[in-house]
Amino acid sequence: MDAATAARFEKTALPHLDAAYTLARHLLRNEHDAEDVVQDAFLRAIRHFDGYRGGDMRAWLLTIVRHTCYSWLRRHRPESQATEFDDEVHDIPTAATDPESEMLRGALRDALDQAIANLPLEFREIVILRDVQGLSYAEIAEVAGIPVGTVMSRLSRARQRLQRVLPIEDYRRN
Amino acid sequence: MSCEPLSDKLTGYLDGELDPRSIGEVEAHLRQCVPCATRLERERRLRLAVQSQLKPMEAPDQLRKSVRAAIRAEVKPAPGRRVWIPTWAATAAALVLGLAGGWQLATLRGSRSVGSELATEVIAGHVRSLQGQHLTDIGSSEHHTVKPWFAGKLDFSPPVPDFSTQGFPLTGGRLDYLGERQVAALVYRRRQHVINLFVWPGGDSAAAPSTISRRGYQIVHGAAGGMAYWAVSDLNATELAQFAQLTAAELSGKPSGP
Repeated sequence: MDAATAARFEKTALPHLDAAYTLARHLLRNEHDAEDVVQDAFLRAIRHFDGYRGGDMRAWLLTIVRHTCYSWLRRHRPESQATEFDDEVHDIPTAATDPESEMLRGALRDALDQAIANLPLEFREIVILRDVQGLSYAEIAEVAGIPVGTVMSRLSRARQRLQRVLPIEDYRRN
Repeated sequence: MSCEPLSDKLTGYLDGELDPRSIGEVEAHLRQCVPCATRLERERRLRLAVQSQLKPMEAPDQLRKSVRAAIRAEVKPAPGRRVWIPTWAATAAALVLGLAGGWQLATLRGSRSVGSELATEVIAGHVRSLQGQHLTDIGSSEHHTVKPWFAGKLDFSPPVPDFSTQGFPLTGGRLDYLGERQVAALVYRRRQHVINLFVWPGGDSAAAPSTISRRGYQIVHGAAGGMAYWAVSDLNATELAQFAQLTAAELSGKPSGP
């Protein structure tokens, strides 16, 4: 890679480092692993930069980050590759909530973190890409390599599940 | 239209991702179905909670620095520019072309250009071992199992140190090829990080170990007890240096031999 190409890569790719890190953090649920994987993903991106034909750099990078996360998970946590979205299995018991004392902002944040971390991987990534990173369905379809219709149905099911485990009705007042 | 086929479309409707015809369908249904209208409202609230509470995270400074360093490390001087091709054939061919053959590792260990070529090979070997299914030929955490496996496969008997008590458990071993010769590759782990330790006879045991940091990988190489060793990993420099120290101590304290 010549200096001009490296400079171009740095200018176009580095601004998406936070997005890359955010996705990896949510997929791996560990900050050190996320750092390792993002570093690795950027190395891959640099080496495949020749194959980048313009277009959405963020989606292109997130595709590589996601792929690197999945490879990492296959290698280090083979048991995490949940394939079925089984509400019976994945539902966690919701703690009894007292609207007057527990419905604080911090509690909502913690409950959300917990609920999202408990979503199966292929549903969690859609929620993160959409509601945290703000990607369009078409961009998510590109990153995750699935049809737009599947993006919509997974997002729908993920949000339904989050509603079940989070007493959003009560949090509304805050 | 009944509620079930509309279920996913409510989500698309909420997110403004539907085509006009589907929007018409959903709105017609919502006017006559209270449960779906309630569901939409609940989903709207849920989405608001997620969007307001979970913000994109900031990458740690250390990560930003190391990514930036990795980008800069990819810049090669124009004339001697080499493409990263992770195959033995290509690496070997590049070596032959680049060095015109005929060098000895033991005598050229101090040479920067050759050390650099070998570092490239060592990293390529490391990356290749992680990418394929070929991390180990003999997978075992037991050095008494790994060491005999090499017998008859190499023209030397590699030491197979046991560092499990120091937190570097052995994963296994394989044959590899570096600097135009067969070498022993021993695989260790530190947490989730893989360390490849390449060993072969040679090297100048009197010289101090060298450290190379490149492409996000750390390398420590040196020689002890008549054996050259190259340790490579994506582990941080401090811990890899510790690993290399253990290796050097082991090599010099217990000279290789059956």
